[in-house]
Amino acid sequence: MEQLSTRQAALKPKDYKSDNKPVWCPGCGDFSVLSAFTKAMSAMTLDPERVAVISGIGCSSRIPAYLNVYGFHAVHGRALPVAIGLKITRPDLTVLVAGGDGDGFSIGGNHFLQACRRNVDITYVVMDNQVYGMTKGQASPTTAPDWMRSKLTPHGTRINPFYPLVIALASGANFIARASSNDPNGTARVIAEAVEHPGFSFVQVLSPCVTFRPEQRDWKKIVRPAPVAPTADPAVAARRLMTDDNFFIGTLFKGGRAPFESGFAPRAEVAGELERSFGLTA
Amino acid sequence: MTAGGILLEVAAQAGYHGIMTRSSGPQIRGGEAAAMLRISTFPVESHADVFDILVGVDWLNAERFRAEIPLGPDSLVVGDLDGRPPAEYLATGARLLALPLSRLAREREGGRENMVALGAISALAALPRGLFEGVLNALLGRKGSEAVVSGMACIEAGAQCVAGESGTFALAPPAPTRGAIWNISGNEAAGLGAIRGGVRFVAAYPITPATELLEWMAPALEQVGGVLVQAEDELASVNQLIGASFGGTPSLTATSGPGLALMTESIGLAVASETPVVVVDVMRGGPSTGIPTKSEQGDLNIALYGLHGDAPHLVLAPLSVADCLFTTQWAVHLAEKLQTAAIVLSDQSLGQTRALIERPAEVAFVSGRSIQRTPVAGYQRYALGGDGVSPMALPGTPGCQYTADGLEHAPSGTPSSRAEDHRRQLDKRRDKLTGHDYGDHWALIEGDGDVVVLTWGSSLAPVREARRSLAGRGIDVRIVAPRLLMPVQPARMREALSGASRVLVVEQSHGAQFLHYLQAFYPRERGYESLAQPGPLPIRPEQVVERFNPRGSR
Repeated sequence: MEQLSTRQAALKPKDYKSDNKPVWCPGCGDFSVLSAFTKAMSAMTLDPERVAVISGIGCSSRIPAYLNVYGFHAVHGRALPVAIGLKITRPDLTVLVAGGDGDGFSIGGNHFLQACRRNVDITYVVMDNQVYGMTKGQASPTTAPDWMRSKLTPHGTRINPFYPLVIALASGANFIARASSNDPNGTARVIAEAVEHPGFSFVQVLSPCVTFRPEQRDWKKIVRPAPVAPTADPAVAARRLMTDDNFFIGTLFKGGRAPFESGFAPRAEVAGELERSFGLTA
Repeated sequence: MTAGGILLEVAAQAGYHGIMTRSSGPQIRGGEAAAMLRISTFPVESHADVFDILVGVDWLNAERFRAEIPLGPDSLVVGDLDGRPPAEYLATGARLLALPLSRLAREREGGRENMVALGAISALAALPRGLFEGVLNALLGRKGSEAVVSGMACIEAGAQCVAGESGTFALAPPAPTRGAIWNISGNEAAGLGAIRGGVRFVAAYPITPATELLEWMAPALEQVGGVLVQAEDELASVNQLIGASFGGTPSLTATSGPGLALMTESIGLAVASETPVVVVDVMRGGPSTGIPTKSEQGDLNIALYGLHGDAPHLVLAPLSVADCLFTTQWAVHLAEKLQTAAIVLSDQSLGQTRALIERPAEVAFVSGRSIQRTPVAGYQRYALGGDGVSPMALPGTPGCQYTADGLEHAPSGTPSSRAEDHRRQLDKRRDKLTGHDYGDHWALIEGDGDVVVLTWGSSLAPVREARRSLAGRGIDVRIVAPRLLMPVQPARMREALSGASRVLVVEQSHGAQFLHYLQAFYPRERGYESLAQPGPLPIRPEQVVERFNPRGSR
């Protein structure tokens, strides 16, 4: 596809916003992530029409409609396959996937593992608030086992939480970072870095749900930059991720795997080319 | 299967028509298998009521195919006698002919029983033995010349062994001239139709009996710069299609019943977001894991009604092995043109049957998606009006950014739960399908008798065979077989059934799904008669003949 526009000047973050008003509760961490998306796009001087943001279902998955880029708000848990199909056939686009912890790690959990393995050059941003907000406060895969505030699991889930960064590393993600919605500028920098890194990039953003997890307002007191530089060594990254307390932020792993290459370059069928195998052998 | 493939190719080169269907036990890979061939002087698409020759290369578990391999008093059972041909076959009155397969194979270096069997059949049917060497070279040559030499020695030995019966089932000489002939399976034909229709992206998960369609497409797509991705499951497959199609690439997947069931939620997304995708369901026995290796027309209901909400989409069904090409290509064209999901209902019997067909004519149906190519102020992806098809902007087009959505939306694409937006978008998605002119391709109609057989998919072949047979007895049967199952075509069906005194509905479904569909969408004052049986037994021509010309009245 040919370049359709050449811009005179870089666009400002607000130029990447659409006119749609977010459905989020006041104080939701996702406002800040939306703002980080637009800052990152502006910093990278992306043409809005050459960006696609794909999502599934959940509060955070509403983000595409709030952006002035191409978007796809798909079904619950399937954002990654939609994005992978798009990126394989449209390598010219910058493809991001946005969603929450329930969408990405529960109903879409296997796609997360396989997307890490496949290493298609897309960026996956998960706004993790350890709760299903859209359905009013149920436990998600990242919820602590003893969280008893959900009517669905009044005694807590009593099952082990999911550690997305560790799983991402073990499954082959090529870039792993954690960010905090309390720091939109830092989040924007990490998203831009993730987009620019080849292969499958995974960014977990700690994004509080002030309605169903009001105690998460205190996250801003706990999060702090990881006191280490990003590593390209999976063994070092594994040690780091297995021992951190899930509140260190920053880029933690930048791998060197080559991204998935499909060789997609469609052309018209040459008449008769494919028919040969059906002709008789004589 | 190898011997069957060789026999079919030899028959083709000798100028005959033919088909080869296959059946195998539940284990898919290895275990008992039956290759069933019919070789004929005229084009054939189904088996006849009885088989002439049954050759047992290995009798272990062969009785499991008894119901699928009908024999009669004129049939011949050939094979090792010490290996004990199952009594079930001999109970039909079929004659037994000893053929010491194992010994003859053992006596020849590298010899194999199936090649000895092939030789016996070639003698019984009086097929020109001179053609075998070339075919063996072409099909077995990559195993080395020894395979060809020992194969030929075994064929010769098999032929000598049954020399006393040579020509018992000799075929009449073939018709002298024909156009180019293809040796093709329904799965391959569907794959070619997809590529001709413009498909360049396939994402799929392996499943019997659709896998060969995908295995044919993987290298074929490479030849046209396309890609096949083996996805982690059917949920991923169909969603990858939606992503690729959103980006502008015509996309298709192939699966079978269990996979279709997993895909239905996202097929609804394709409908709601108006993103073209094509899903080929190569049906097998159901429900659940069912009978993966054998055919049944039991997925009609899920294809028609399996999506939640009111989700109008296309359902098409190829009518023969050759028609798998046309119908799949047409499905791609329609899905693209109407920006919706299409489900193509093939089945194991069409997909895994190899047939000798005349090279199908090329048709002009290629993806003709309506695309918004230039910036437009206030672009509305789901704009109302016209024929309901609204131009789709592809990512990369400046000024037309929108978000495709499975949430109900306003014409702009913005989510909306307002009653009027829901009503208008439902109308739009329905009207663009019902308003389209599908032309004469909607159904195959043969004959104009006042007794009618209404059938679909792979059940058409035995119905056609029955029609030929009834014509010989002075009974003219009209056949109506819709290729387009959804949206329904009431006016066309009314015309197709006009003047019918009786309408018999023939299908391979235990629940008579096709009958109930006809009763719902094409109600008929005088009602329908039903011939419905579950798979894996195919409808036999005689079962249809019997309905119009009962034995007693002959």
